[in-house]
This record gives sequence, C-alpha cells and structure tokens, in this order.
Amino acid sequence: MRPLDETETTVVFEKLFKFVGNNLKKIVENPSDEGPESTAGSYCFRLQKNRVYYVSDALVKRATNISRKNLVSLGTCIGKYTHAGSFHLTIMSLSILAANAKHKVWLKPTSEMSFLYGNHVLKGGLGRITDSIVPGDGVVVFSMSDVPLGFGIAAKSTQDCRKLDPNGIVVLHQADIGEYLRDEDEL
Amino acid sequence: MPALTRNKKKGAKSQTPPTKQVTKPRTPPSKTQSKPQTTTLKKGAKKPPLKKQKKEVVVEEEPLEEDDEVVSDASIDSESEELDESDDEGGKGSNGFFSDDEEENDDDDETLGDDFLEGSGEEEEEEEEEEEGPSDVGSDSDSDEDDDDLVKQSEAIDRKLAKQKADADAEQQELNKQDESEHDAFRLPTEEELEEEARGPPDLPLLKTRIEDIVRALKNFKAFRPAGATRKECVEQLKADLGSYYGYNSFLIGTLVEMFPPGELMELIEAFEKQRPTSIRTNTLKTRRRDLADVLLNRGVNLDPLSKWSKVGLVIYDSQVPIGATPEYLAGYYMLQGASSFLPVMALAPRENERIVDVAAAPGGKTTYIAALMKNTGLIYANEMKVPRLKSLTANLHRMGVTNTIVCNYDGRELPKVLGQNTVDRVLLDAPCSGTGVISKDESVKISKTADEIKKFAHLQKQLILAAIDMVDANSKTGGYIVYSTCSLMVAENEAVIDYALKKRDVKLVTCGLDFGRKGFTRFREHRFQPSLDKTRRFYPHVHNMDGFFVAKLKKMSNMTKSSEDDDEAVETVEQDEVSDDDDDEAEAIEENRNKERRTKSKEDKRSKKDKKSKSENGNVEPKARKQKKKRSEWKNEIAQAREEKRIAMREKAKEKK
Repeated sequence: MRPLDETETTVVFEKLFKFVGNNLKKIVENPSDEGPESTAGSYCFRLQKNRVYYVSDALVKRATNISRKNLVSLGTCIGKYTHAGSFHLTIMSLSILAANAKHKVWLKPTSEMSFLYGNHVLKGGLGRITDSIVPGDGVVVFSMSDVPLGFGIAAKSTQDCRKLDPNGIVVLHQADIGEYLRDEDEL
Repeated sequence: MPALTRNKKKGAKSQTPPTKQVTKPRTPPSKTQSKPQTTTLKKGAKKPPLKKQKKEVVVEEEPLEEDDEVVSDASIDSESEELDESDDEGGKGSNGFFSDDEEENDDDDETLGDDFLEGSGEEEEEEEEEEEGPSDVGSDSDSDEDDDDLVKQSEAIDRKLAKQKADADAEQQELNKQDESEHDAFRLPTEEELEEEARGPPDLPLLKTRIEDIVRALKNFKAFRPAGATRKECVEQLKADLGSYYGYNSFLIGTLVEMFPPGELMELIEAFEKQRPTSIRTNTLKTRRRDLADVLLNRGVNLDPLSKWSKVGLVIYDSQVPIGATPEYLAGYYMLQGASSFLPVMALAPRENERIVDVAAAPGGKTTYIAALMKNTGLIYANEMKVPRLKSLTANLHRMGVTNTIVCNYDGRELPKVLGQNTVDRVLLDAPCSGTGVISKDESVKISKTADEIKKFAHLQKQLILAAIDMVDANSKTGGYIVYSTCSLMVAENEAVIDYALKKRDVKLVTCGLDFGRKGFTRFREHRFQPSLDKTRRFYPHVHNMDGFFVAKLKKMSNMTKSSEDDDEAVETVEQDEVSDDDDDEAEAIEENRNKERRTKSKEDKRSKKDKKSKSENGNVEPKARKQKKKRSEWKNEIAQAREEKRIAMREKAKEKK
C-alpha cells in the first residue's frame, strides 16, 4: 500500500471532478469518525494492487503492519487502474459519489431494472434530471425514492434531452449496483 | 328505578330475535301470563322463587310503564337485548340482573339436572323449557329468563365439556390398554429379520413404524418394554433405523442419540429435514427496519419482524420478487442472514470507537452487523483465510456501505503476530466447524463427518481461540471480550474448546445476554467441565426455529497466559506439573514473539511490550501463599530478568547496526 503519486492523484481527481465538481474539496477534507480515537481524522487515498482506496488515516496507520500480500481491502475502494494505465471508477465508489454528486438523474420505476441489467438510460425512462448538464459530464443515477443505482456519462445536455425521442440514450451506463450480483468476480 | 326504566323501554324489542321465537310455540302459554307477547325465548325457567319476584315486578310495572317514555336510548343495545327480554317479561328487581339470575339459576339447575344429559344445546334448552313450563305455572319471571338462560347455557356447556372430557379419558385409557396389549406384541427384530431387511432396499414404512415404536418404548421403558430386550439393544436398533431412514452415518447419529432423549431426538431430526425460515437483517447504516419493511411490502414480499429479541431482523414468508436481487438489496439496505447469525454479534455488543477483530469473516454478514452497530466508527479487522471467499467479503462490505474495515488474508492463528498481542478491544471468532447444526442447509454433513474430522476441527478451534484471546487487551477501557461461536452441536467443538481456553488463559465466562437459549453442558458423558459453562448458550432448530448454534462470551481478566490461576481450579496435582512445563514453553514462545515484534517496529508492538512488562511484574505480585505458586513466581522473576537482559542486548545490537 502506498500513497498516490502526482500523476496518479491528478488522474483520480479528474475523474472524481466530473461527477462531483467542486464537492471534491468536501471529499478530500471530510472528517472521519473511524479509528479508535474519538478525535476526527481525515481521509486519504492509497494505492494497493492497482486499486485506489479512500480510507481514513487512522485506518491507514493501523494497516501498515499487514503485509502487502495479505492486505485485501481498506475502507472504500473507489476504482482501479487497468493494465494500460487508465483509471476507472468502480461501483464501490457509489456511496461517495452519490453523497456529493452535482449532476443527478432519477429513473422511473419501470426502467430501474433495465438500468440494473447494464443498459443505458433512455429518454423514456427518465423521471427527473438536474439542469445544466453538459455532454460528457458524470451523472449519478437514482431511483425515484432516492436510492442510488449507479452512475454514467451524460450523452446529451439537459436541453437536448427534452427534445429527444423516447428511445434516445440520455446517460451512458458505466456502473450500476446490479454488478454486485452479475460481476462479483470482477470487483 | 333507572334500571327498570331502561328495561322497560326496550320492551317492544323482545320478540325480534328469530332464534328465540323458535322456542316460543313450545313454551306453554302459561308462561306468558303477564305479557302475552314476551314468551320465554329460551329458558323459561319458572319456579316458585321466580313467582315471588314476578309478583313484585307486577306491582312495580305500572310505575315502570310510566317511566318508559322518559328513558333515553343511551342504554346498550346489544347487551340489553337479552336482558331486555327478561326485563320486559318480568321487570326484574333493580338489584341487578345477574344476582337475581344466580339465585334463580341455582334453582334452575336442580330442575334441569335430570334431563340435562339427554339432549345437547338447543334441544336441551327446549326440553328445559318444556319441563319447566308446566312445573312453573304462573311463574313468569320472564325478565329473569334470559339471564337465567345465559347462565344456564354456560353451565350446560360446562357440563357438556366435563362429560366429553370424561368420555375422552375413558377412551384414552382404553386405547392405552390396547397399546399395551399391542406392545406386548412389539419386539425387536431378530437377526434373521435384519438380514432379510439388509438384502433388499430399506423398507421405509416398516422402519418408520419401528422407529416410532422404539421411541415410545424408550420413553416409558417399564411400561412398554419389548419382550426380552435391554435398553441398550433398543437404542442400538434405533440408531441403525434412524441412520438408514434419514440418511445419517453411524457416528453422527450416535452422538445425537447421546445428547438428546429419544422424544427430543425425533423432533430434532425432523427439524433438520426442513428448511429454517429465510430472514434478513436491516442495515441500520442506511435505513430503518420500518422503512425497509414498507418498501419490501410494496414489492410484494410477505414479511414480519423476526422476534422480540432483535430490532433489525425480518423474516420472509414468501415473496414475488427474488429477495436476493431487489434494488434495495443491491443498494445495501439489507443482508440475507440466518437468524442464528445475529446472535454472536449481539453477544459481542461492540461499542463505538473500538477496535474489533473478526477472525473468520467471510461472507461478511457478521462483520457488516458489527460495523452497523458501531455506526462506522472505530476499526474492524476482517480476516479470512480462504482466498475465494475474500471477494464476497469485500463486495458485501462495500455494498452495505461499511468504511471502517480493513480486510486481510491470514490464517487466524497468525493474527496475533501480525496485529500484535493485547491490542484490540473485542474479538469475534465464528470458528470453522463441522456444521452439524446446519444440516438443514447442507445434507452432505449427515454422511461426511467422522470422529476424526471432529477431532481435527476441535484442535484447530482450540488454537484459534487461544490466538483470539491473545489479541485482546485485558486492560481495554470498554472491552476485553471474546465471543466464540460455532454452528455445530458437538460438545467436542463447543464446551470442550471453551473449557480448554479457561484452563490455558486468564479468562472467565460471562453471560452472553441471550437468555432465550439453552444453557451449555457442564458435564457430558465422561467429561466434567467447569460450572461456569452454563453461561454459554446453545440453540436448536426444533426449539428456537433457527440453525443449531453455540455462543460463548469470555472476558479476559489479565494479559498473562495461564499460570498460577490454574491451581485454583485444577483438581489433580499432576495437572499442575504439566502446567508448569507449559508455562516455561509459553515463556519461550513469548520471548520469540517479542523478538519478532521488535523487528516489525510498530508503535503498537512497543506499547504492548511495555504493557506486558508491567503486567508480568504485576503478575508476580499476584500469586499467593501456596508453595507451588511461590515457586512459580520465582520462575517468573527469573524469566522477567532474563527477558530484560535480552532486550538490553538487542538494543545494543540495534545501535551497533545503525
């Protein structure tokens, strides 16, 4: 386990910025209740076996005596690096993203299951959508009861969405909570 | 008077109830002398005393009639209908209907008695009326009749019931006699018959009846003893039959027979054949049980709260959607978990800001429950030895939103070396076991477990529990507890392991807080365990409707490994000698550990070393007046001195290296 170096940090932050925008500051500076001391620590990012973890520093300190081979996971995994060197956010980061998301989309109950199977979000399934979405932005997908379902990349801006026909793709699927069942091995 | 007026008012209603009218024609007109309308509906019990009252009522009637109109409708309708009729007919005294009724009913019973047994229900009533009619000419305590009727009815019913019961008892006795006579005929199969059976496929109905017969015989051996057979032979035959009928191997059925009396054994085995109900646990980090229940009900799931001992459990009866694949499950609002798995975590009772270790954590149900109870504060080490199970552990932790956990992959026995001794507040050890309590989930356990496997498990469990105890800091402000649990029923894996831990370490059993379970065994066959073992708890499928489980909660009293404390409980002096040898070995082992710890250079290790030093010094003070203890304290002093010297040497070496 090691801290991220410069390039890695920038890459991760860029990805996060797409979804959370200025709330990135909140994420980085979040006071944490974890660890045995009752005073609040702070969170940091660590790299272990090509996976980036968002952990409180109290945990990090106490995980140092676990050897590299045997350490499997710390705190929350937010994403992993591929062989090629690019960074992808995984579904396990959903709780962090959902709490700080700038752009959100709410799905109608009928199209929830479709998204959970890995399909993209179509205009016909859209319940609500936040304003000022630009194509290429990160969007977090919720159900109408505010249960976070996953996230993706916006394909169209909010204005265009209104003009779209019902079968047009609004959000390109990147990750959804159905993966916990479908792709358990990949996580 | 007000009572009378009430009655009076409802006079007009008296004829309405149709059922009552049925009996009307039968009642002789004599009954209705005063008021032709109001014939006694049911029980027209007229007697001399009633007549007297009737007269009184007649006198009062006129003023009542006058007051009738004044009465308001406030009086109760339903009750008063019956009362009204009686009132209407006679206008009871204002003393109170029931008291009058009682008096009358006593008289009624006398007259009723003769004919009571003949009819039933309405017939009886009619008969009563018919009889009473002529006998009570002119006695029109119609007002009382309904009340009388009620009481008479109830007494009639009581009498009926008594009679039925008497009949049933008589029948039962006859049956018993028949049974006995049959059982005189019941005997164990001879060898020839057994050989014949062994030739072909097992004859299931025959086996079943034989099993039932033997169980009945064993329950009351004196009465039902089959001819010329000892108890042992019956038990052997029962074992063989149960094995072939239900598919158990002989070892397992033998141990079950040793643990349970025959009746309970049958219940247990039957319970193993069925599935336990599916249950889920609400994830309190994300939602509340009530909200979750609402959402799931909307999806078409039939559920109920689990039991009164759990605030987060729900039991699922049936569901239109797969319960393990709802969006709520995927969002981490609940976890599919058997009810018995709630218990060790409830016993552990973790507090916020504590350090907890879960030694065998996969697939993560208990770990996530611990995190939920701690509200994501503090720190959990979730350890799992088998690599394939790590993925499901990690996935569950993330799905449920647990952020305070470190997942590692070690053999549980190595954990104290890695995490340091005396460093954590609580440890949960849900030990790998033979799984004899969860036969309903996995039938292969019936045939695959042998005595050797149980021994191996027990050995592993003993090592693990010592490691778990070593990790806990006895001086922790809020903790110092170890919870040991298995999903097995075997005494060798449960009570024996706890007894071993009590001997080897300075721990003591405390109450788990799960009082609805059965107490653990303090003695079993040839074993004699310490009496505090009745604080452990056993759970059975046929009693608690959850998987077979065993939970024990230990409190670590001091960080010393077992030495002088053994003397208090050891019965034989021989043991003490053995313990002293162990002590020396342990001292050496502790030294080695200390050397390793120094190498890793972690703060905690240094802290723990310091703790150990101080503790060992304290420990030296503790041993008391016994001669052997004095000797041991001397040894301890020697050992402590040796350690200090070694430490100084190491420090010098390290300085030299630098």
